[in-house]
Amino acid sequence: MKTPNLENLREQMNIVIVGHVDHGKSTLVGRLLADTGSLPQGKLEEVKARCARNAKPFEYAFLLDALKDEQSQGITIDTARSFFKSKKRDYIIIDAPGHIEFLKNMITGAARAQAALLVIDADEGIKENSKRHGYMMSFLGIKNLTVCVNKMDLAGYDQKVFEKIKTDYSKFLKEVNLEAVSFIPIAAREGDNIVSLSKNMPWYQGVCALEALDAFKKALPKDEQPFRMPVQDVYKFTAQDDDRRIFAGRIESGTIESGAEVIFLPSLKKSRIKSIESFNTSQKEKVFAGQSAGFCLETQVYIRPGEIMCKVSDKLPDVSLKIKANVFWMGKQPFVEGKTYKLKIATQHVPVVLSEIVSVMNASELSFAAKPHVDRHEVAECILETMKPVAFDKALDIPETGRFVIVDNYEISGGGVILSAVADQATSLNEHIRKREFDWERSHITPEKRAHKYEHKSALIVLAGQIDTGKQRIAKALEEELFRLGKFTYFLGISNRLALASADVKDKTLSRFEHIQQLGELAHILTDTGLILITSITDIDEYELNMLKSLNHPNKTLVVNVGENNFSDQGVDLLLTENEDPKIAVKKITDLLIRAVVLDPEYYI
Amino acid sequence: MNKLDSLESQSVYILREAYREFKSLAMLWSIGKDSTVLLWLARKAFFGHVPFPLVHIDTSFKIPEMIKYRDELALKWKLNMVYGQNKAALEARKTYPDGAIDRISCCKALKTDALRNTLAGTWPRYRINHQIGKYELDSNTEPYTGVIVGVRADEEGSRSKERYFSPRDRNNDWDVGDQPPELWNQFKTDFAPGTHLRIHPLLDWTELDIWEYIARENIPVVPLYFDQGTGKRYRSLGCYPCTSPVESTAKNILEIIEELKSGKFKNIAERAGRAQDKDDGGGLETLRRDGYM
Repeated sequence: MKTPNLENLREQMNIVIVGHVDHGKSTLVGRLLADTGSLPQGKLEEVKARCARNAKPFEYAFLLDALKDEQSQGITIDTARSFFKSKKRDYIIIDAPGHIEFLKNMITGAARAQAALLVIDADEGIKENSKRHGYMMSFLGIKNLTVCVNKMDLAGYDQKVFEKIKTDYSKFLKEVNLEAVSFIPIAAREGDNIVSLSKNMPWYQGVCALEALDAFKKALPKDEQPFRMPVQDVYKFTAQDDDRRIFAGRIESGTIESGAEVIFLPSLKKSRIKSIESFNTSQKEKVFAGQSAGFCLETQVYIRPGEIMCKVSDKLPDVSLKIKANVFWMGKQPFVEGKTYKLKIATQHVPVVLSEIVSVMNASELSFAAKPHVDRHEVAECILETMKPVAFDKALDIPETGRFVIVDNYEISGGGVILSAVADQATSLNEHIRKREFDWERSHITPEKRAHKYEHKSALIVLAGQIDTGKQRIAKALEEELFRLGKFTYFLGISNRLALASADVKDKTLSRFEHIQQLGELAHILTDTGLILITSITDIDEYELNMLKSLNHPNKTLVVNVGENNFSDQGVDLLLTENEDPKIAVKKITDLLIRAVVLDPEYYI
Repeated sequence: MNKLDSLESQSVYILREAYREFKSLAMLWSIGKDSTVLLWLARKAFFGHVPFPLVHIDTSFKIPEMIKYRDELALKWKLNMVYGQNKAALEARKTYPDGAIDRISCCKALKTDALRNTLAGTWPRYRINHQIGKYELDSNTEPYTGVIVGVRADEEGSRSKERYFSPRDRNNDWDVGDQPPELWNQFKTDFAPGTHLRIHPLLDWTELDIWEYIARENIPVVPLYFDQGTGKRYRSLGCYPCTSPVESTAKNILEIIEELKSGKFKNIAERAGRAQDKDDGGGLETLRRDGYM
């Protein structure tokens, strides 16, 4: 078969149409589609006939508002996509609703766009949403913006009306660090200055709306930037004898080639690209920004999805627990300090709290206020604290790894852009432990007295590793052995089950975090009583382990890894092989307890 | 990157997000060109594997070539193939072809109801046994809570408003006015128990994109799409009583592409041959609110 002359070698651009309600967004889109012959055959006639049947005047907006709901209410509720071609490129036009209560839908449409047409009614002038939407374009990082001053027919095609709006709105845009590429006076209903210049406004000599679209410049490829690939998943499909372990994700910036040395952040684990994997293509040697890719590595590294794969030779992202960011809030409940939310940044999911509100801004007024929380439709500069370190870039440098959303009770409730990392790394966990120790009323029986009486010191023994490695069996055997020796010991069986169950009951990220927190507090109390507490936890990562150790502090924590070791060396006290004979395992652990002076060899023997 | 590369990359990204987030995930395969492209994209996303079941709703009125093609590919590509149907309605002959009900009610019974109950695991599901090459009653009745679907925004109005990740409640209802925000490739992947998600990786594709991608990747499609000497071919596949072939002599993919780009179908809506869309003004939307794809 001969190679087809593919239309799709053409360029594609997503355009969002925004503006205040009734300023004529849908009419503009309808007109663009109709006047460029982009409508399906008969569609225009069909809608006109339907209007005639229902004795209502035809509107170009009806072409888009295909949903019954919208036809009856005459408003756009959600974004709709229309497809459209000019001589230059293919467009997806996203018609976004203007009503304030549908702002999240507007944002959704705009977040998908590379350029925007903002519509202002000449007759009504600049409205609250004209400003709010302008600000949101700036927030979302849309640089290509053209302002269409619509309904010029109702303003008598008066140049003064147009110039006044142009001057006022330019001034506003400047305040939000945005500049419109062009201002165009139009009458969408009448077709003035849409696909050609109108005789009704001889004083206007600029571009028509269609030319303005074609004049937008596509963002340059991100190949020149540092390499970033947030890991979406790590695949090991065993079917059909496939033994590849593939790190999959989309390359957000930069390029990478076979043989390159890579580093994962925040874990700092390193390896080298062994091969670039793909299906139904020839063997790839190099991949570029924008491509969804997959890699096999030369050495096995264990990382969780969410880490960012970077090139060792490139400038690396920041890794921090504290972030300064602008957050736009869409949630029904306000964004408040102290509550645990979920942060999704690139492919990382981590618990996060709002630790400080620097200022809250009303996006239509551009006025700042000091407030204790962020309400719906407000933008705030704030400090966020994550419960484990996250890797990111400043949104200005690499937007793809510098933007995030905040999930509150299953809903995406906020969107944000990272301004910078915050140097102060004093965490609320450390603060909590400091305060706990301060408030703790110590008994007169000191740990030393207890150790003397019980003939051993207290400790938390964590058996870590993947599922089905025999951890639980070893933990129980250890408890029995210590008990037989007359030691005060307890096996906490519930922690492993809870860590596993959390996978299907609730939010994985948050419930796991909460569980580790509870476990840490419980362990601290039990080890304070002088017990040797034993527990096993499946798939615990380095940071969760550190959290557990911190919470158990000042009491001792010992880590025994069973099976493949996914921790860096300093985190683990003993390595056991998968399904090691419990007897031998117990012997090794009791030896460890002697080395760690939990058990005194004299008493032990 | 050209347009097909970007479309492919985005769809792959969405498929991988879905696979990462949902334990009980399935992909619908209608045997048509769109869902076959979707299936191909899954093989791209997972490096030749399709790590979730493919669910087909068999109305029993599908054109026989479609079923033959389905089973051939299922065996060849080692797909975890599952089908379900509304046995009760078929046995009682309560269908439009039997003259018992109208088109919309028939779609609801044979497609929507069958789909809901098949996904929920409340009606029997049949799974292909690769050893014997035949379907068997599936003992797994666990509900599928995340369902990947090949709808495209350019197909009709209600589809143009879909999210990539679209939640439905327990009754599969879709609240068009209150859809979750999607910012910068962050989708709704957190959900309260009982919520279902429809995942739509093909939203930004057009009919022409689909055919050009089929040509580029050399994806096998049902021969019904091509004129086999009768001067007619199917542009959109469905049940034979409600889907008519169009007048066309396009014999291969390139001729179809030509027809869509500059030829007779340049400005004619794809579903023009589907009768059920025309009943009741917004027939498809009525069906979709109810859980139809």
